[in-house]
Amino acid sequence: MATTTMTGASTRTTPRRRITKPLAVVGVLALWFVAWTLLRGQDMLELPRATLTELHHWLNDVNDSVGASRNSNPLFLYFFNEIRAVMDALVTFVQGLIAQPAYGRPVPVLGWLGVVALVSYVSWVFANWRVALLAAGGFILFGLQGLWQESMDTLALTLVAVFVSLLFGIPLGILAGVSDRFHRLITPVLDLMQTMPTFVYLAPLTLVFLIGPASATIATLIYAMPPAIRITAHGIRSVPAPPVEATDSFGATRRQRLTKALLPLSKRTIVLGVNQTIMAALAMVTVAALIDAPGLGKTVIKALQTTDVGTAFNAGVAIVVMAIVLDRVTTAASVRAEQGGGEVDPRIRRLLLAGFGLVAAVCSYLSYTYLWASEFPEGGQLGEYLSQGATTVTTWAQHHLADLTSAVKDGVTIALLNPLEALLAESPWWLMGAVIVLLAALVGNLRAAAVAAVCVGLLVGSGLWNASMVTLAMTLVATLLVVTLGVVVGVWMGRSNRADRVIRPVLDAGQTMPAFVYLIPVVALFSVSRFSAIVAGVVYAAPVAIKIVADGVRAIPESTVEAATAAGSNTWQTITKVQLPMARQSLLLATNQGLIYVLSMVVIGGLVGAGALGYEVVAGFSQGQLYGKGLAAGAAIVVLGIMLDRIARAAGQRSDRASTAAQS
Amino acid sequence: MRSVVNKRVLAGVSLSTVAALTLTACGGSKIESTDVAEADGCGTFNIAINPWVGYEANAAVLAHVAETELGCKVVKKDLKEEIAWQGFGTGQVDAIVENWGHDDLKQKYIEDQKTAVSAGSTGVEGIIGWYVPPWMAEEYPDITDWNNLNEYAHLFETTESGGKGQLLDGDPSFVTNDEALVKNLELDYQVVYAGSEPALIQAFRQAEEKKEPVLGYFYDPQWFLSEVELVKVNLPEYQEGCDADPEQVACDYPVYDLDKIVSKSFADANGPAYQLVDNFNWTNADQNLVARYIAQDNMSPEEAAEKWVEANQDKVEAWLPQS
Repeated sequence: MATTTMTGASTRTTPRRRITKPLAVVGVLALWFVAWTLLRGQDMLELPRATLTELHHWLNDVNDSVGASRNSNPLFLYFFNEIRAVMDALVTFVQGLIAQPAYGRPVPVLGWLGVVALVSYVSWVFANWRVALLAAGGFILFGLQGLWQESMDTLALTLVAVFVSLLFGIPLGILAGVSDRFHRLITPVLDLMQTMPTFVYLAPLTLVFLIGPASATIATLIYAMPPAIRITAHGIRSVPAPPVEATDSFGATRRQRLTKALLPLSKRTIVLGVNQTIMAALAMVTVAALIDAPGLGKTVIKALQTTDVGTAFNAGVAIVVMAIVLDRVTTAASVRAEQGGGEVDPRIRRLLLAGFGLVAAVCSYLSYTYLWASEFPEGGQLGEYLSQGATTVTTWAQHHLADLTSAVKDGVTIALLNPLEALLAESPWWLMGAVIVLLAALVGNLRAAAVAAVCVGLLVGSGLWNASMVTLAMTLVATLLVVTLGVVVGVWMGRSNRADRVIRPVLDAGQTMPAFVYLIPVVALFSVSRFSAIVAGVVYAAPVAIKIVADGVRAIPESTVEAATAAGSNTWQTITKVQLPMARQSLLLATNQGLIYVLSMVVIGGLVGAGALGYEVVAGFSQGQLYGKGLAAGAAIVVLGIMLDRIARAAGQRSDRASTAAQS
Repeated sequence: MRSVVNKRVLAGVSLSTVAALTLTACGGSKIESTDVAEADGCGTFNIAINPWVGYEANAAVLAHVAETELGCKVVKKDLKEEIAWQGFGTGQVDAIVENWGHDDLKQKYIEDQKTAVSAGSTGVEGIIGWYVPPWMAEEYPDITDWNNLNEYAHLFETTESGGKGQLLDGDPSFVTNDEALVKNLELDYQVVYAGSEPALIQAFRQAEEKKEPVLGYFYDPQWFLSEVELVKVNLPEYQEGCDADPEQVACDYPVYDLDKIVSKSFADANGPAYQLVDNFNWTNADQNLVARYIAQDNMSPEEAAEKWVEANQDKVEAWLPQS
C-alpha cells in the first residue's frame, strides 16, 4: 500500500508490489481449480428439498409459539395491537378520502377531479408547473386505464407507509448523522431490512398485526424506511465543515447547530431521501397484495393466475406511471428546495397561489358533491388497448424470438453458468470457504476477510450452503451482465444527451415495473430455467448500474474530454483511455449496487426456475412446515449480500488508494 | 409590464375556470348518502380467497348466493393458504372453501389450537400427478406408463437437468413427493422447480404449441386443462398408507377430497352463512365451467358466478339454510 511519504525508490517498487497481488489471486484461483478437480463432489453439504435441519425445526417452533401466545401475551395485547389499531385507522382514513366509499357515502370523499386538481396544485406549489402537468396527466391516465380506484388504493397505502417511514426515519437519520456510534449500530439493521426477502416476513407479520391494511403497511415500511434513514444521515454527514464551524464560533448550542446549519444545508439530500422512500414503497405494491393489500398489486396477482399478461401489464403501467410522477415531482421539489423558486415576483406568486388554490378547492368541492366529478367516467378504452397490445407483443415474441432467445439461454448456461456453478457448488465447502476468505484478504483487506469468514460460517450454519453457492453462481453471472450493460449503455447515455432522453424512461420502467408482470414473458422466451431468473435480475438491476455509469461519465469535466479529442484520440480511445478510467468510482458503485439489486431479485428468480435459495424462500412462505427453512434461506441471501458488499467495498477502497498513489 | 399582463391573464383564467366548473356542475347528479342498512341475521361473512382460479370459482358462487339470497355483507380477502388458516384464530377469516389436503395445517389449527373445524366436502375431487402435453401422448402412446419413462428420459433433457430427463415441479404450495418418487422408482430424471403456477402453465402451453417434450407436475381441476388437455402419466397405483413415509414413497398421489374449513366461532354461531358453506356441494364440471368463465372468457368472478347461479337454481336451492 502506498504511503504518504513516498520516495523515488518506493515509487519504483509500487508497480512491482501491485503486480504481486494479482499474481497471488491467480495463484489462489489455480490452486482452487486443481483442488476442485481432485475433490469435486465431496462435502458439498447438499440438503434434500424436504429435509429440515434442527435450526429449521427450531425456527418453526418459535413461529408456532408466537402464534399460539397471540391472545395472551401482554406484548401483543398492549403493544402490537395498539400499533395495528393506529395503522389500520390511518390507512382506512386515507382510503376513505380518496379510494373507498366512506362516511355513509357510496364514493370516497374526494373524487377524481378533486384528486387530480389537488395533486397538480401541490406539485406546482412545491415543484414547478411542468411536473404539475405531468402529475395531472399521469393521474388522468389511471382513470383512462380503468384503474382509478385501484390506483387510489395503492396511493393511499403508499402515502401512509411513506408518512410513517419519514416520521420515524428522518429523526433516526438525523441521529445517525450526528452520532457515529448510532450510525455504526443501525447500519447492519438497515442492511437486514433492505435485503431480507419480503416473503420471509409476510406470514409472521400477519400473525403479529393480523390480516389487513396494518400488516401491508408495515411490510411496506420495513423496506421503505431504510433509504429515509440512510440518506438523511448521509445528508447531515456531508455538510461541509466551514459553515458548521462558523455557527459553532458564534457559540451556538447543539440544537442551534442542528436547526440553523446542519438541517438547512442538507435539505436537498433529505428531500432525495423522501424520493427514494416513495420509490421503495411502490416497489412493494405487488408483494403486499399477497396479504390482501388493496390496490394495483391485486390486479397484477389476479391476472397472473389466469396467465393474463395484458391485464397485468396494464396495472404494471399504472404503477410505473405513479412512480415516475412521484419521482419527478419530489426531484423537482428537491431542486426547488435548494435553489428556491426564483423567477416570479413574490406578489404575483402569492396571487397565483390563491388563484390556483381556489380552482383546486372548487374542483375538490365539485368532486365531493357531484357524481360526474367523483367517479371517473367509464368508457376509457385505453386499458384494453394497452393490455391487448402487451398480449400481442408477447405472443409475437414467443413465436418469433423464442428460437433465438433459447439459443442465447443455452449458450450462456452451458458456457458460463454451468461451469461456474460446478466450480462453486461442487467444491467441498471448506475449500470454497477458504477460497472466499483468501480472495477477500487479497482484493480487499484483513477486515473484509474476517467478515467473509464469519459469513461463510453463517452460510454453513444455515444448512443451506449448497443452495447458497448455486445462488451465488447465478448472482455473479447476472452481475457480470449488469455491469457489461451498465458500461455499454451508460457510456452511450453519458456521451449523448439524445440517447439519455430516450433511454432514461425505459430504465425507470425497468426499475419500477413489478417483476410479476414480466414473469410469464420471461418464461416464454427463456423457458423455466436459471437463466430466466438471471434475466429477471438483469431487467431490475441494469437500470441502476446504467444510470450510475451515465452520471459518472457526464460528471467528467468537458475540458478533459475536449483535450483528449484535440490530442488526436478517436472515440474509442477517448472512452477507454479517458472517460472510463475517470469514471472509475462510478463503475465501482455501479457494480456494487448492481450486485445488491440482483440479490434482491433472487426470490423472484425462484418463481421462474432458479431453484436454490429463491425457491426455498417461496416454499417457506407457501408451506407451514417449510417456514423455518425459508427463513434460513432468506437469512442466507442477506449474508451473501453483506459478504459480497463488504468485499467489494474493501476492494474499492484499496484500488482508490492505489490509484491516488499512482497519480501522486 | 409583462408581469402585470401575466397577472391579469392568470387571474382571469383562474376565475373563469372556477366559473365554468361551477356552471357545468349544475347539470350533474348529486351524490346521495347511502343508508347503511344492516342485513338482519347474516351480518359480515369473511371469505378467504386463495390464489387459484378454481378456488375463486367456489368462493364467487358462495359469495354471490350469500349476498343475493341471504343478504350477507361478504368481505373477500386475498390470502395464501397458510395465512388464511392463521386468520381463523383471530376471527378475520370465516371460511376457506377449497382445501387441498394440508394435513399439517389441520393438525395445527383443528386439533391443537382448536380454532378451525371442517365443514365437509365441496364435492370436487382433486387429482395430483405427472402430466405430458397431448401431442406426446399421441406420438408416444406408452409414455403414460411410468415403466417406460426411462426410455424417454433423453427427450426431456434440458440445460437445467444435468444430463438427465427433466421433471418440472410447480407451485411450492402443493405437497410434492417427486424427489423421493424419482429415487424410489429409479427414474433417470432430475426434479427442476419451476416455482410458480404461471411458469408451469407457460411451460406446458409452449410445449404443446411447439411440440416440445415436457414432463411436469400438475393437478386437476385447473382451468388450463380446458385449454390444453394434458395427459396424466400413471404411476404405481395409490394404496392406503403407501405414502406414509415421505422418504419411501413409490406410489401415485391419492385422490384428494377437496373440503371446506371454517373457523370454530363461525361454525358455533351457526348463522345462515355458515349453513350455506356447510351445505355447499357441487362437481368438478360445475367448478370447471365457472373457472372457464373467469380464466378464458375474461369475466369477473362476480359475473361468472351470477351466470352460473342463474342457470343452476336447483343446485343453489339445495344449499340454502332450511328454516
